[in-house]
Amino acid sequence: MREKLEQILVKALEEVNAADTKDTLEAARVKYLGKKGELTAILRGMGQLSAEERPIVGQVANEVRAKIEAAIEGAAERAEAHELENKLKKETIDVTMPGKKIVFGKKHPLTTVLDEVTDIFTGMGYSVAEGPEVELVHYNFDMLNAPKTHPSREPQDTFYIDDEIVLRTQTSPMQARIMEQTQPPIRIIAPGRVFRNDEVDATHSPMFHQIEGLVIDKGITMGDLKGTLEVFAKELYGEETSVRFRPSYFPFTEPSAEMDISCFKCGGKGCPMCKYEGWIEVLGCGMVHPNVLRNCGIDPEVYSGFAFGVGLERITLFRYKIDDMRLLFENDVRFLSQF
Amino acid sequence: MKLPYSWLKDFTDVGIHNVSAKKYAADMTMAGTMVGSWESPADEISNVVVGKIVSMERHPNSDHMWVCQIDIGKDEPVQIVTGAWNVHVGDLVPAALHKSTLPGGIKIEKGKLRGVPSHGMLCSLKELQLEERDFPYGAITAAALLNDYKPLDPEKPSIPADIQPGHKVFGPVVAAKVLECATQSYGVYHTCLDLGDKTACPDTTCQNLHEGDMVAYNTKSDAICTLADLRAQQAEFPHCITDGIFVLNEDCKPGDDIAPVLSLDEITFDFDILHNRPDCLSIIGLARESAATFDKEFSLPKPQVKNTVGDISEHLSVEIRDADLCPRYSAAMAKNIKIAPSPRWMRDRLRAAGIRPINNIVDITNYVMLEYGQPMHAFDYRCLKDGKIIVRRCTANEECTTLDGQTRKLWENTLVIADAEKAVAIAGVMGGENSEITEQTEMIVFESAMFDSVSVRTTSRRLGMRTEASGRFERGVNCEGCMSALQRACQLVEELGAGEIIGGYVDAYPNPKPVRTLKLEPERVSAYIGAQIDREFMVKTLEKLAFKVEGDNVIVPSWRDDMEGMADIAEEVARYFGYDNIPTTLLRGETTKGGLTRRQQFNRKVNDACNAAGYSEAKTLSFLSPKAFDKICLAENDVRRQAVVITNPLGEDQSLLRTTALPAMLEAAARNYNYRAPAIHLFEPSKIYLPKLDENGKADPHQLPDEKSVLVMATYGEDFFHLKGCIEGVLSMLSIPGCVFTPCKDNPSYHPGRCAAIMNGDQLVGYAGQAHPAVLKNYGIGTELYMAELDLEVLFELVDKDRFYQPIPKYPASTRDLAVLCDEEIYVLQLETCIKKAAKKQLEKLELFDVYRGAQVAEGKKSVAFSLTLRNPDHTLTDKEADEIIQNVLSALEAEYGATLRA
Repeated sequence: MREKLEQILVKALEEVNAADTKDTLEAARVKYLGKKGELTAILRGMGQLSAEERPIVGQVANEVRAKIEAAIEGAAERAEAHELENKLKKETIDVTMPGKKIVFGKKHPLTTVLDEVTDIFTGMGYSVAEGPEVELVHYNFDMLNAPKTHPSREPQDTFYIDDEIVLRTQTSPMQARIMEQTQPPIRIIAPGRVFRNDEVDATHSPMFHQIEGLVIDKGITMGDLKGTLEVFAKELYGEETSVRFRPSYFPFTEPSAEMDISCFKCGGKGCPMCKYEGWIEVLGCGMVHPNVLRNCGIDPEVYSGFAFGVGLERITLFRYKIDDMRLLFENDVRFLSQF
Repeated sequence: MKLPYSWLKDFTDVGIHNVSAKKYAADMTMAGTMVGSWESPADEISNVVVGKIVSMERHPNSDHMWVCQIDIGKDEPVQIVTGAWNVHVGDLVPAALHKSTLPGGIKIEKGKLRGVPSHGMLCSLKELQLEERDFPYGAITAAALLNDYKPLDPEKPSIPADIQPGHKVFGPVVAAKVLECATQSYGVYHTCLDLGDKTACPDTTCQNLHEGDMVAYNTKSDAICTLADLRAQQAEFPHCITDGIFVLNEDCKPGDDIAPVLSLDEITFDFDILHNRPDCLSIIGLARESAATFDKEFSLPKPQVKNTVGDISEHLSVEIRDADLCPRYSAAMAKNIKIAPSPRWMRDRLRAAGIRPINNIVDITNYVMLEYGQPMHAFDYRCLKDGKIIVRRCTANEECTTLDGQTRKLWENTLVIADAEKAVAIAGVMGGENSEITEQTEMIVFESAMFDSVSVRTTSRRLGMRTEASGRFERGVNCEGCMSALQRACQLVEELGAGEIIGGYVDAYPNPKPVRTLKLEPERVSAYIGAQIDREFMVKTLEKLAFKVEGDNVIVPSWRDDMEGMADIAEEVARYFGYDNIPTTLLRGETTKGGLTRRQQFNRKVNDACNAAGYSEAKTLSFLSPKAFDKICLAENDVRRQAVVITNPLGEDQSLLRTTALPAMLEAAARNYNYRAPAIHLFEPSKIYLPKLDENGKADPHQLPDEKSVLVMATYGEDFFHLKGCIEGVLSMLSIPGCVFTPCKDNPSYHPGRCAAIMNGDQLVGYAGQAHPAVLKNYGIGTELYMAELDLEVLFELVDKDRFYQPIPKYPASTRDLAVLCDEEIYVLQLETCIKKAAKKQLEKLELFDVYRGAQVAEGKKSVAFSLTLRNPDHTLTDKEADEIIQNVLSALEAEYGATLRA
């Protein structure tokens, strides 16, 4: 009897341990521990044993049952893990297959860069002003101290609607419009379309965009101009960018300057991008000419200020290394979808 | 403005060779006089020397090459093989030796030419990147060699192949064999010809003759014939070409480096002169800036004339009739003029500065113009009737034949220089042919004057003539500089031995220019710049630039009309202090609010919403072609045909400002269609320009137009409902409720059956639909294209600013599906409106899910199926309540549209 129990235990453990699914395990349980199971059958036969043997065999039988049950419990966990493993294996997919196409529209690169520039300046307390693209000669030239003989007034450069109305050649007339309407302190940028009588080529377009900046307050210095534009350049092109200011001439600023930034391609060592100069011209700027302040009813003895004008196309072309300005206005979806 | 470095050195000792051209250019640029580029031809030339041809032999394996022994100043001559026919023993030539470089990165090394070693190359003008213009004497004349003759038609040669000396070629021209050819003087060769029965010994300028050559000789004119003389074509004499080695006529010897010999060692800087600094359009102006930049002495010697004869008043009188256009006119005279080429140094400098040398007198006027910035002119005195110069506005119908030989009709009031009878020059623009300096000129008048810049500009534009002189007058010439330029011209005439100076000057200067004085305010200048700069530095800087500082007064030099006040002084100080040395600061003072306005935020949202709907942003130009109105099928009287007209457009196609953004978008679509893009989804928030209309309903060009923003969208590869869904999505993202798409059959740009007017109540928001097939045809688009225009000004006003949270429902909803049969003509919108009205507030959502026509539906009818979501916020709807609502809906549909529940 006792030997029989031990044989059952050995057999049962063997089968339980071999079972790797819930089903085979359940089959093993029924076979040994079920109502008609082998162990149950033996326990049923206990009545035939002598009184001395009964407790001993009973104890052994209980031990055997406990061991089988423990084994089954352990095996059940294994089987579950095994089954999960099989399921995961079966469900495996090729994650390298392409994703489902979801079409998102893209921002135009000019808009992306303009939004960035706008955010830089609004973060410094500037507002954004807009004004007419068809503009009076009065604002586009006269108020800005442009000499009557200045070549920019020529029809070769400026589109005329009549003698007194032009397509604005710059965003600078916004300076005059704002100063006329607003009392200092003034801190604005004025982005927008401007027009020049230039044939289209890789670097010219009869229509392009500028971003004008204007600050008027008491005690504004050239140092402030430099500081502000340096922050702007670093925000736009990265902290490592350095700037330089070169004397220049604009009728509406005095002193005037061009701001160059260190070439972002070669870092200033010289490369085809910067024509081996290490510097790239990005904007014109200067202290607002006292005549312009006076024209707009602001007393130059009390207030001073600075102004700047950035070519949006120029900084956008640099930003994305686009080599032909025409691409910006051709609206080829192969181009637009890249940004 | 080009500045040859050697010329700069006449006035200041800025040592470029010590600091390098790059540093000079960089420092000048940073001090405000920008150097655009510079060139030094010698940089590209190395190991090219003067060589003398010692001997020449024909190449054993070639019928056209010569083997030359060249003396290069060493013990032994070098052997160089050349294919050129124009060199002779004794000629001095540029020899590029083994391991030499030529302009354009060309490297020369020794090698073998058809088996014969050659230790370099003899150079032509072209190989040195020079032009005949630079060295007119380097032009080559070639004789037609009969031994080189190749008949055009081999069957019918015009010259027999076996022609012998003395045989007739045609007329007086006979064949002749060269017995001897020797250089007589530079460019002239003495020959001895065998004419068969006799000989002839003509001199010739033909450079390609050698012993044994057969030539054509004109017995009548005693000359050897060129290609032109024979009226022959180049192809008949393949080797008779006017190209060859540059035979030098310079003061040099074998072994000399070629660069200085040909003055190629000059460095020329090309400056971009700022518009407010016309004084820097002169060597002296640039020298002054250079000296100030490098802190060197600047000296301007006063021009002196040593000897004069007579007095100018005996010969010349000047009268200014229109002083408003000519504030000053001064003149000087010289006689016994000997017209000749100007000396080499002058020609070299003129050439380096970009001006073509002509003769000594003309060259002097140009030289002085470059040096002093004062345009000069020289008249032939003989042609000035009565010795009079009158500066006046021209009369009606007056004409002037200018130096370029063209007779030009003058606009009335053009300022001219005239004698007693006629115009002899167009003031400030160009001289007249009738008073031109010629070989016969004996007595000259130099003009040094100041003409009004606007007048010169207008005249030069009208005549289409822009000259070095007119350009300078346009930008402003210094009235006070007239006399010194005149004196300099006279000094040069004397130095060059070009004539004798007549004593005295004529100087008509009715209203001398007042001296300008500004105030020196060191504290204000410092504060303006934002750097502590002491007074001493300011004074020193100004004095270097020829300002005089007396106490607090700054006396402005006469050539600095740009100086008006404190800000101008600040600029002079700042650029020499160094813009880069100004400490950078950030703005202080009162803070400002800043940020975007609600409208600007809205504009950004429009872009974001369109992007989210899958549309990419396009950017088109604001111009419009007048043809575009027809292309988008606008009616003849459509108000959009009234557009702002550009008076000077780039072309007809860009002559209007757009009143509709559709054409540009259609062009973008067409471009993509032509590139075979399978689908596009484009939008643009576009400006349109709506002119004010006059009483006749026409665009008024004298008023600024209204500028409005519209949103244009275009797509192909999709259907109407895709576009509509996108627009609805965009409106939803912009918080614009209540826009309805209603059928629109009369928009001529759209398909009449597939166009909707987008309405908010009675207000038109825009249109959406399929482009009319005629429009698509006009743009060459072969697929269905859907487009929309929305008025952004209107949309902005419709934004729901009071959108608040709606509680999440607590009770479940009931969903009921409903299919009704109705007439084909009834729009879904009508049924929806009816359902909404009947179901009242408890209708939470209404969705169309099917429209069916066909088998089980009677002809002329359709089945329309909706799904209704019903909900009561206060309790769960009972079936009974829901049934009641549906019943109401059905009754309403039947009553209003005769629509019945589909069985």
